[in-house]
Amino acid sequence: MGSLVTNLGLLINATLIATPPLLFAGLGSCFSERSGVVNIGIEGMMTIGAFTGAVAGLYTGNGWIAFLCGGLAGAILGLIHAIVCISFHADQTIAGTAINFLGSGLALFLCKALFDNSSDTPALDTTSKLPKIFEGVFPVGSFGSNVLNVYGVAYLVFVLAFVCWFVFYKTKFGSHLRAVGEHPEACESIGIDVYRVRYTCVILSGFMAGLGGAFVTLATINQFRPNVIVGQGFIAIAAVIFGKFTPHGTTWACLLFGLCSGIKTLASMSNTVSPNLISMIPYVVTIIALILFVGRANAPAANGKPFVKAR
Amino acid sequence: MKKKLMAVLLSTAMVFSMVACGGSDNSAETAAPADNSAATETEETADNSEIKIGLVTDVGGVNDGSFNQSAWEGLQRAQSDLGIEVNYLESKGDSDYTPNIEQFMDEEYDLIICVGYMLADATRAAAEANPDQKFAIIDDSSCSDLDNVSCLMFKQEQASYLVGYVAGLTTKTNKVGFVLGMENETMNQFGYGYCAGVKDANPDAEILQTNANSFADSATGKSSATAMITNGADVIFHAAGATGLGAIEACKENGVYAIGVDSDQSSIAPETVITSAMKRVDNAVYDAAKAITENAYSAGVVTYDLSMGGVDIAPTTDLLSDETIAAVNEVKEKILSGEVTVPADKASFEEKYGDIYTLDAE
Repeated sequence: MGSLVTNLGLLINATLIATPPLLFAGLGSCFSERSGVVNIGIEGMMTIGAFTGAVAGLYTGNGWIAFLCGGLAGAILGLIHAIVCISFHADQTIAGTAINFLGSGLALFLCKALFDNSSDTPALDTTSKLPKIFEGVFPVGSFGSNVLNVYGVAYLVFVLAFVCWFVFYKTKFGSHLRAVGEHPEACESIGIDVYRVRYTCVILSGFMAGLGGAFVTLATINQFRPNVIVGQGFIAIAAVIFGKFTPHGTTWACLLFGLCSGIKTLASMSNTVSPNLISMIPYVVTIIALILFVGRANAPAANGKPFVKAR
Repeated sequence: MKKKLMAVLLSTAMVFSMVACGGSDNSAETAAPADNSAATETEETADNSEIKIGLVTDVGGVNDGSFNQSAWEGLQRAQSDLGIEVNYLESKGDSDYTPNIEQFMDEEYDLIICVGYMLADATRAAAEANPDQKFAIIDDSSCSDLDNVSCLMFKQEQASYLVGYVAGLTTKTNKVGFVLGMENETMNQFGYGYCAGVKDANPDAEILQTNANSFADSATGKSSATAMITNGADVIFHAAGATGLGAIEACKENGVYAIGVDSDQSSIAPETVITSAMKRVDNAVYDAAKAITENAYSAGVVTYDLSMGGVDIAPTTDLLSDETIAAVNEVKEKILSGEVTVPADKASFEEKYGDIYTLDAE
């Protein structure tokens, strides 16, 4: 085992690999939940985003365009969820579950249709993936390489987290979205278009979940497989609740999950502790943090309740 | 209330990560119906169209990119070559094994192939209760005492030995890496073979090892491999499904070599993956199906090794030097002739190499 600095570098590196997909999806989920629409379809939206990102990377050869395509695919599922839940007042949990099936099923189906009945997409060239910053500046395996030579998006997502916080608390749209999640009737009475705010938020949450999925196929690895998204969407929703439905809280929660993944990696190198115990670290840490530090997480009052417009 | 929801979510996530190879659960409907009709159309082997062979997968499902998928591909090949009728049932959890097997029995299938050691108990129970029903099980030999179960075993340690030999000859830093997906008897055989191959090729080489404890966590695979590279490894072998994809990607990004598993994985990263340890589950399933059509079914253990084409090193050798290829072919001949025996368990491994494989349980 190397020095403390080396291990710190590895820890940060692992955190920057594990956190971004969760944070993209978690931040998106904040919008949806705070506007009053429960979205447990995040997992499905991430899966379709991961698939579309990989395919768009193959055909366009440009990582950024592919990344946005992944987001758009998630947004389309978000739109479906919005239509079903907002316009047709369906049960949001059931609709979200359906979105999960739709996302993973559709991704696999399209993959088999496009790529000769194969369940994984062909591998992407490095040039078709998202760009890394400081490529080749630091020697392989150095602290600088592990911490700084990572995918630019892994840092960008933290900027996005700040932007989300700004939108939530410093803009008119932000106060509208928080209000419609608490008391849509009151909002309607003062002329806020509840449907429009909710539609925007749910589509946005699909878009960002799609980005999170696309990060996996365009940065973490270089192809789509049906099992690249397993559970990240649910972890993201947990992070939102953990973070008390705020963008900054969610950011800390996602970082904690990401950090635990890094600890897991370092801990499994020495091989003195049972791997099954190590695998429990993220979940045990969450439960402890939840009990000791977080306290009650208050969901928005109107979350999950369909809103029917007055005539 | 919210804490309750949180608990449910966390446990869902945990379950998801544990049924590692999952994620393709909802695919059964898309593929299954199409397959039933095709068999009857094959003309020259029309006499086999009465024969029905069913495949019960473990929780991985037929799109796991690993041995379930390979098994189903073998059966599909048997369908087109032999004109038999084939079908599969995916298991969503441990409780599905018995119902899936019973469904095939009710429909009077001639052979039921159970994929993976996780189905061993269900297979044993069904085989004991129905002595006239023929079974085959992959990667398990615990049912070998029954005369209606054919146990299809693989010498994955032989393929792992060969890729370990390549790694030992290729490394310049004298450090190689191994990322394991899960610790159990079958998976450890990859480790024993690999470590033995590395040490025989290069006694000075050190083997860095990590158990990612998941077949579907590409982020952990990537960070584990990054940690190995940081500590000096320049060739990394994975036996970890989708987790290993992350390991291969880390090798690619850092300009070191990777070794694939199960199938020839060089297409994932042509400049990075120097070779792969191949396990031909498809060949074993095909042979089992063929035996049924020829009335040559036999119970007991059938071990697919190097000589039977059950395991092998990948055909792609573009990144290997001629000397390495020659040396590996030489050691392959030695395994085939019995001059070199590859250890497949803890006792025989440690007798020769010492306790250098650290991932096996005490």
